[in-house]
Amino acid sequence: MSWLHLVIISPFLLAFLIPLLYKSFKQIHTGWFVLPLPLVLFLYFTKYISGVANGNSYLYSLKWIPSLGINFDAYIDGLGLLFALLITGIGTLVVLYSIYYLSKTKESLHTFYVYLLMFMGAMLGVVLSDNLIVLYSFWELTSLSSFLLIGYWYQREKSRYGAQKSMLITVFGGLALLAGIVLLSIPSGTFSIREIVANLDVVTSSSLFIPAMILVLLGAFTKSAQFPFHIWLPDAMEAPTPVSAYLHSATMVKAGIYLVARLSPVFADHAVWFTLVSTVGIITLFWGSFSAVKQTDLKGILAFSTISQLGMIMSLLGVGSAALHYEFLDDNIYVVAITAAVFHLINHATFKGSLFMVVGIVDHETGTRDIRKLGGLMTLMPVTFTIAIIGGFAMAGLPPFNGFLSKEMFFTGMVNVTKMDIYNMETWGILFPVVAWIASIFTFVYSMILVFKTFTGKYQPEKLEKKPHEAPVGMLISPVILASLVVIFGLFPNILESSIIEPTMASVAPSLLDAGEQFHVHITFWHGFTPELFMTIGVIAVGILLFLTLHKWTKIYHLFPESITLNNAYNNGLAGMEKGSNGIMKFMMTGFIRDYLLVIFAFISTAILITLFTQGGFKVDTSNMADIGIYEAILAVIMVLGAITTVFAKSRLTAIISLGVVGYTLALFFVLFRAPDLALTQLVIETVSVALFLLCFYHLPEFKPKKVRVKFHLPNLIIALLVGVTVTLVGIASSSTKLFDSISQYFINNSYKEAGGENMVNVILVDFRGFDTLFEIAVLCIAALGIYSMIRLRLAKEENR
Amino acid sequence: MEILMSIVAGILFTAAVYLMLSRSLLRIIIGTGLLSHGVHLLILTMGGLKGGSVPLLGEKASSYTDPLPQALILTAIVISFGVTSFFLVLAYRAYQELGTDDMDKLRGK
Repeated sequence: MSWLHLVIISPFLLAFLIPLLYKSFKQIHTGWFVLPLPLVLFLYFTKYISGVANGNSYLYSLKWIPSLGINFDAYIDGLGLLFALLITGIGTLVVLYSIYYLSKTKESLHTFYVYLLMFMGAMLGVVLSDNLIVLYSFWELTSLSSFLLIGYWYQREKSRYGAQKSMLITVFGGLALLAGIVLLSIPSGTFSIREIVANLDVVTSSSLFIPAMILVLLGAFTKSAQFPFHIWLPDAMEAPTPVSAYLHSATMVKAGIYLVARLSPVFADHAVWFTLVSTVGIITLFWGSFSAVKQTDLKGILAFSTISQLGMIMSLLGVGSAALHYEFLDDNIYVVAITAAVFHLINHATFKGSLFMVVGIVDHETGTRDIRKLGGLMTLMPVTFTIAIIGGFAMAGLPPFNGFLSKEMFFTGMVNVTKMDIYNMETWGILFPVVAWIASIFTFVYSMILVFKTFTGKYQPEKLEKKPHEAPVGMLISPVILASLVVIFGLFPNILESSIIEPTMASVAPSLLDAGEQFHVHITFWHGFTPELFMTIGVIAVGILLFLTLHKWTKIYHLFPESITLNNAYNNGLAGMEKGSNGIMKFMMTGFIRDYLLVIFAFISTAILITLFTQGGFKVDTSNMADIGIYEAILAVIMVLGAITTVFAKSRLTAIISLGVVGYTLALFFVLFRAPDLALTQLVIETVSVALFLLCFYHLPEFKPKKVRVKFHLPNLIIALLVGVTVTLVGIASSSTKLFDSISQYFINNSYKEAGGENMVNVILVDFRGFDTLFEIAVLCIAALGIYSMIRLRLAKEENR
Repeated sequence: MEILMSIVAGILFTAAVYLMLSRSLLRIIIGTGLLSHGVHLLILTMGGLKGGSVPLLGEKASSYTDPLPQALILTAIVISFGVTSFFLVLAYRAYQELGTDDMDKLRGK
């Protein structure tokens, strides 16, 4: 147990204390007790920066289930550290923001902070685990805590819907991930990512490689809201805004990105990986930015914007995987895609976090998030407006903010795809920069909508629930910090280069580096007149044009009928599954015992018959059989007649008497086949049984003397014949096959010697196999007691009286 | 002989299954009675019907019939008797309480 393990589980430990603190210190906002933890953790992680920047990595092992190879291995390298810093850093700001956002009196704060701490710990576990099973456990914990946080206002119908939707989709992906992990561990025999990478030859040559890759990607795509699994994210916006800012923009939705980056050393060399990751990413990028424009809810815009930006990072990671095909690092044009992915990951967390907080402030101060009601808040909320401008412009990719830099690099990466001479990209590659460029225009448009529709234009106080005014200082601290980071990273990107970006790239693409070598990233504002610059100018020009003519062309969104949306497909799919399973249950579970019996008998007989004939079990061998005597033949005829009479008897009395006939004939058979004890017992018991049957018959209804014979029913007859034929065939087959002699010679030899009895059957019953008899006595006792209590206990009737 | 007995047991099974698939509770119980007869006959047949003396050592015979199936059948007879009588009383009580012996009316919801 190292300090790092303690760090990972410390949020869980604090979560245990939160309800206690909440109950004991009612006058202090519970968030203040939470705040120090992420701050301390953030400072703790900063101390690793210099070591990691020098190319070191740290591994601390803790035995969990060593016999299964599952150990809690905490591992810090560039990628893990970047995410740990994001989680704790933004976590601190979000906790601070939530202190001012959530009311001390109206909300149940202890549940909120318990869920939030649970999430924080789970997320740290995901990014710092080297063991895939441990990673998966934390992965599901993030799904669970996200579910709890989305449904925080559980009284609202929409919260519950959003929580359920995100749960179903992310858990579906999570289970696919688990399957992928298991498939990945089979060829390599280990769950450790480092060891899998070390044994890469075995893994890549395995036939399980591609299925494992697809399943892992399914997990990553569902978690990171990639097309077509993005539909849960907009509905997750029912969560409180600090949660949306933290989980659904900065951290949890990047878990899928993390997974793709983390497993890039395993999969990235493969064409399927490149195709899937980059194509899905670019489709998500386009679809997210296209859909964001039509949203009227501020958080809806931000949700689709997050989807779009995640798609962008994902496509960059996909394109970056092409770098592995080129030997030389120095003139490798695809490395820039990995750099852009890592850089934009950081940038997105900063500006999206600040934008969510801005939206939260607007919501908090005006009572609405609907852009049709908002407008003209610029003079009322100047600080918020400034933050929104910084965040919005960074998101649109305008200089001098950090979004501009990563967007330029993104274009570089996409333009390079056209130069690719692998995977048939010579022809299709041109689509990448084109789609990316169109998506960027939409990004620009919705960023402008977000900023200008909210803060400029006509002020409509009559539509607002509250009188708007600037937010309290405490609420502004976090977004101000994030917005200043946006500017700082924009103006001085070099502070991130060697400290964070280079070591992260080293963990994404370690095979590009020789021993001791490091990536050399240099991000500059000015590359000269490159195609990327003209693309950005084009984005701004077309974007402004589209923004100004917004009301003219947004009608195209109405061209899509509601019925073919993915949401509708999800809803109908869910309802259809419920309806379908309900229908199957209604069809199968009729409530008639007869139907169930039909199925049971039909299944058993067909199963036995098929086995009997396909396995060659049926044969007739009369050599070892007894001859048919005249008495046996006569008795057989009587017995068959008795059995048939029971079926066709017109009255129940006849049926009972014929059953008696069968029973007595059986006793006579026992006599003929030299079983005196059986004959005695059978005679006595048959007599008692028939008497019981008659007793029952006597109590039958008099008002309904339906003395008609059994109604003929063809399916019943077919099934009955099937069972009869099966029994006959099995009987013949097994009396024709004698695999070994009976053990009865032992009983014959030892009945007198060992047990001192001459009646072998009785000796077996009470001596050799006495236990059978003991429990047979128990059965009789239970039956007697049961009958007694059935007759005596009449609870229901007494209650009615 | 064994083939004949197998056929007889098969007919008993057919009749039993047909009765068990009917609507009347009493017929179902008659069906189970027939079924247990069929099973007992089948166990005896499977043990082999070849000649031999009654399994009593006092006979001093050279060969005896197999005593083990007989012991098994004896146990089975007693148990099926216990179960059948329980069923009968259950049917009687069900009729008393519910006023019907029609399985289609004794339906779960």
